[in-house]
Amino acid sequence: MRPAGLGALLAHERARRRRGAVGLLVAAACLGGAAWVTDLDVTRVVDGLPKMGDFLGRLVPPVRLAHLRSDLAEWYWGLGTWLGLLGTTLLMALLATGLGTLGGGPLSFLAARNLSRGWVCWLTRRVLEIARAVPDLVWALVFVFAFGLGPLAGVLAIAVHSLGAQGKLFAEANENVDLQPVEGVRAAGGRWVDEIVYGVLPQVLPNFVSYTFWRLEINVRLATIIGFVGAGGIGVELYDAIALNYIADAGAILLLVVLTVFVIDAVSERLRLALAGLTDGGADGRPAPGRA
Amino acid sequence: MRHPTTRAIHADPGREARLQALLAAGGGLRWRAAVAGAGVAGTLLYAATEFGLLGMQFVDGLGNLGSALVMMLPPSGYDQLPTFGWALLETVAMALLGTALAAALAAPLALLAARTTCPLGILQFGFRRFADSLRALDYLIWALVFVRAVGLGPLAGILAIAVVDLGTLIKLFSEAIDNTPRGPVEGVRATGGRRLDQVLYGMAPQVLPTMVSAALYMWESNTRSATILGIVGAGGIGYYLADRLRVYEWGEASLLILLILVAVYLIDIVASRLRARLIRGA
Repeated sequence: MRPAGLGALLAHERARRRRGAVGLLVAAACLGGAAWVTDLDVTRVVDGLPKMGDFLGRLVPPVRLAHLRSDLAEWYWGLGTWLGLLGTTLLMALLATGLGTLGGGPLSFLAARNLSRGWVCWLTRRVLEIARAVPDLVWALVFVFAFGLGPLAGVLAIAVHSLGAQGKLFAEANENVDLQPVEGVRAAGGRWVDEIVYGVLPQVLPNFVSYTFWRLEINVRLATIIGFVGAGGIGVELYDAIALNYIADAGAILLLVVLTVFVIDAVSERLRLALAGLTDGGADGRPAPGRA
Repeated sequence: MRHPTTRAIHADPGREARLQALLAAGGGLRWRAAVAGAGVAGTLLYAATEFGLLGMQFVDGLGNLGSALVMMLPPSGYDQLPTFGWALLETVAMALLGTALAAALAAPLALLAARTTCPLGILQFGFRRFADSLRALDYLIWALVFVRAVGLGPLAGILAIAVVDLGTLIKLFSEAIDNTPRGPVEGVRATGGRRLDQVLYGMAPQVLPTMVSAALYMWESNTRSATILGIVGAGGIGYYLADRLRVYEWGEASLLILLILVAVYLIDIVASRLRARLIRGA
């Protein structure tokens, strides 16, 4: 590189450092402002620490090795009920994923910019956006009013959110298809539906399937908390246990939830990878880290 | 001229045999897929009946839902905008502080959870599982726990966000560390640098942009999550929203929902701008 280039490089480096310093200052100012807005009090954090330790300690009651069976049995006194509720939770997640995918799938074709246009495309995109942007728990609160307490409200809340998310992710997959098969179907006299079914669907199906497994993993987590507002599942029991100060019960349920989430994640990942391998889909079948 | 694909087929003699095997496997596969599909459909149908989706509960609910939507329009309660606006600011601030706390703790811990920097395999495995279990529980569960521990208010929300994000960021950061080229690190070692020097001068410049970008992404997604933490009393705008919905103040609730949507939209824009800037600057 010529000396003149070296000078430019140094100037560039200096400018970069200056930008970095300004960025750090802005970040520090933002954090300071945030601490002020939230009335962050370090002494309260420090005071809260022993309380927190005490609380976390009470999540697990003393389990002695000598009385392992009886201690565990006492801790998990409600195991039957809790397993039943976990089953309900899983069913809720499954049904919500199914409904969201069945709704979001067809809509994704209407929302894809290369397959649909005009006001239909615009309107579908807005509907999907609203379904996705309104937090799931807010849907749950509204649905608990409309459909009453219980799993139905939870299923519908998760389903609406899934519909928005699936519709968007699927639409992105649709926008990346090769349009030649579509034109082929059209040239052979196919209608729009034929173009989608025979031209687009075979290309995007592997993506759809792996996104659906991914959504199921998310929805299982969601189904465990949707009960906090009365919308069914293990969350109702967990909320009550914590609210009524049955801390050991809460600990037992939390452990069950963590184990369930681990198992579901592992199974879903297995299936996703197996399907991705079979169909030669994406590397690990996981969608790019976009806004889901 | 031959089409390139055709040429590729002719150039690959093993392909024919593989194709036959694939077709043979396809028959069994289709059978298995049919059974799996029937199983899933059956389960869904059972769940739909069990939860009252295929019954009067659903039909009646639709009517209620319609009247709720009608009552939501138009949004009302504009005189409370200052309160709501402040709560919204609190929500954004909670997400920011929670993410910052998590990032500050995750950066050193990620070194222990990364394969290339952790001195002990078993330790690395342990740290990964620890991070996984933090992530396995939703924000709202942690928020509920922290409300019990430190009381109502944004602090519980900040801690809940920090704990879940600690799990996520340890995972993301350690993967970023594992994915960096080893060259610079070995260069520092070759010139006599200690372990700390290797990390600071060989690795940090490579992974920092990825880390900041991941943290920014988490902040953005946390702002969405933080909007609902108030439902269990952990501060922010969710408290007002849950409160208004519980007493059927539909107009005010819809104003709050609109505010949340606008805020999330704005944060999306700001965060993606910042990320784009960071990637260009790096």
